[in-house]
Amino acid sequence: MISAVGAAAQGLVRLPVWRARFVLAALLAAFAALALRALYLQALKTDFLQEKGDARYSRLLEMPATRGRILERNGEALAVSTPVKSIWAIPSDVELKPGQKGKLVALLGVPAGELDRKLAEPARDFTYLKRQVSPDTAEAIAQLGLRGIYESREYRRYYPAGEVTAHLIGFTGVDDAGQEGIELAHQDSLGGRAGSRRVLKDRLGRVVEDVEAIRAAQDGKDLTLSIDGKIQSLAYSALKSAVLQHRAKAGALIALDVRTGEVLALANVPSFNPNNRARLSGAQLRNRAITDLFEPGSTLKPFTVALALETGKVGPQTMIATAPGRMTLANYTIRDVHPAAALSVSQVLQKSSNVGAAKLALAMPREAMWDLFRRLGFGAAPQLGFPGAAAGRLRPYRSWRPVEQATMAYGHGISVSLIQLARAYTVFATDGELVPLTLVKNELAATSERLISAQTARAVRAMLETAVQPGGTGPRARVMGWRVAGKTGTAHKQENGGYAADKYLASFVGLAPVSAPRVVIAVMIDEPAAGQHYGGSVAAPVFAQVMQGALRLLGVPHDAPFEPLEAPAGLDETREST
Amino acid sequence: MAKLNLLLLAVLVACALGLVTSQHKGRKLFSDLEREHEHARELDIEYGRLQLEASTWGLHSRVERIAVGALGLRSPDPRRVRLVARDTPR
Repeated sequence: MISAVGAAAQGLVRLPVWRARFVLAALLAAFAALALRALYLQALKTDFLQEKGDARYSRLLEMPATRGRILERNGEALAVSTPVKSIWAIPSDVELKPGQKGKLVALLGVPAGELDRKLAEPARDFTYLKRQVSPDTAEAIAQLGLRGIYESREYRRYYPAGEVTAHLIGFTGVDDAGQEGIELAHQDSLGGRAGSRRVLKDRLGRVVEDVEAIRAAQDGKDLTLSIDGKIQSLAYSALKSAVLQHRAKAGALIALDVRTGEVLALANVPSFNPNNRARLSGAQLRNRAITDLFEPGSTLKPFTVALALETGKVGPQTMIATAPGRMTLANYTIRDVHPAAALSVSQVLQKSSNVGAAKLALAMPREAMWDLFRRLGFGAAPQLGFPGAAAGRLRPYRSWRPVEQATMAYGHGISVSLIQLARAYTVFATDGELVPLTLVKNELAATSERLISAQTARAVRAMLETAVQPGGTGPRARVMGWRVAGKTGTAHKQENGGYAADKYLASFVGLAPVSAPRVVIAVMIDEPAAGQHYGGSVAAPVFAQVMQGALRLLGVPHDAPFEPLEAPAGLDETREST
Repeated sequence: MAKLNLLLLAVLVACALGLVTSQHKGRKLFSDLEREHEHARELDIEYGRLQLEASTWGLHSRVERIAVGALGLRSPDPRRVRLVARDTPR
């Protein structure tokens, strides 16, 4: 106490100790609070804060992938994706003045009522006003500066060749994914994959640093088809005019390169415009060459004859009794249009004799016939990688009765697609080997499978050449400057379980040039209704027209003199019953 | 000792400034690169459009119509065509 008194006496006031302690405690508490706050921010809320910080300058960018182009074999575009704009709106945000609305309706080209209906749904946060508008239109709409109406970039697919390649290429949906044809079959490689990456952006919105690529964008790969644009165009126009001229329901054509198995042309009529697919019917969309089945009729006879030659029991000049031009098997009568007493095997093909083909077939075991047809690819879907390829119907041989074996010899009681038929004919074009087909460009020679001997193939080829000479069923298939071989077919169409008397399916399958075959073309015309209905008069001229163009375009050397082809004397030559 | 420290401080400051400058340069170059990428993309899109246009103008049916109609062209008589064989067959 004395010292205190002394201090006071010296002019000093001794403060109470608790005050110093209080200040110390307060300071310590403040530090502790700071430490806790730091701990809270650094350890517990760090993710949130980091995110907030990143949001100031880091951006996640979408990297759109473009769909690959589809090109024909010489590099011309058949399908190209190009960006377009889509106009969308947030209905509750949209306020349109009457004048603006009129302009918008005019630019969008949609009815005013539809626009009202779309904007009258306040429950929806998002509605497309119109998808895939042209860049110019989108620009004009942006100029209006409407509230609540936005645009986004999308891709739209264009098909410059239009209806010419429509069935083959197919088309994509509004989301740029393949829906039909090649577009669907090759969706995986064409499609590409959108990616995204995180970047830093500066004040002006420029990307200044790549932080991480979350997923690299992968553009779709371009696809080069085996199709030759010029041959395809020629095939389509020839087929279209033939279908019009004969008032037919439909038609299909396939052209193959024998050496590589490439499909050079694949045309269907009726067609559609893939760039504008409003009002499409199922009939227009069908790719008849690949998905439709028909009874091939006489075009199947060469295979029966080839098998007969293979067995060695007959040669090209062996005579077969065909009198009296009819043959009855179990209540079913097989008829010839031109009854003859006897025909050589070669003439059976030339004159397209049903009785002759039936007799040849009945002399062979049904199993051998079934086996050849099966190995030719009938009854199994072709390995084309094309959606909807039809398998056809080839019944097991155990269920064949003699009458069925006989009718199958000339192509009844069996159904095939046009592409199967065209492919089967490659055995006559390659000296006996069946060529695998491809729709994608492939410069290499195909690895083929031998089905018949070269000798047989050449013999049948020679017979098929006589079938297009005067006296055969298809002289209109001839082409000036090249030797041609082929077979006509005229089948009654099946209807309600029987054969329709007045509905036919005219076909022609052939190859050229005979000395070194390069191209096989198969033509099918469905229900020609303008008077003529024989394969030799309806389908053969289309074959000749396309074959001539194809050989010229491919630069195939001539193997025949240039003599004007004498016109067949009357229609009589071209008749046949199947 | 103090001199060494001062020297080190000066080096440190120089390094720090160098880092900032190079990062700035890097970002600038990157932004240029980005712009060029964007340009390449636009050119690619334009190429697609031009390809489309070329295919449309070069449509075989259109070429044929003009050749036959406006220009009066026709295929030569096959008898007047001579094929020349290649020296080295493929």
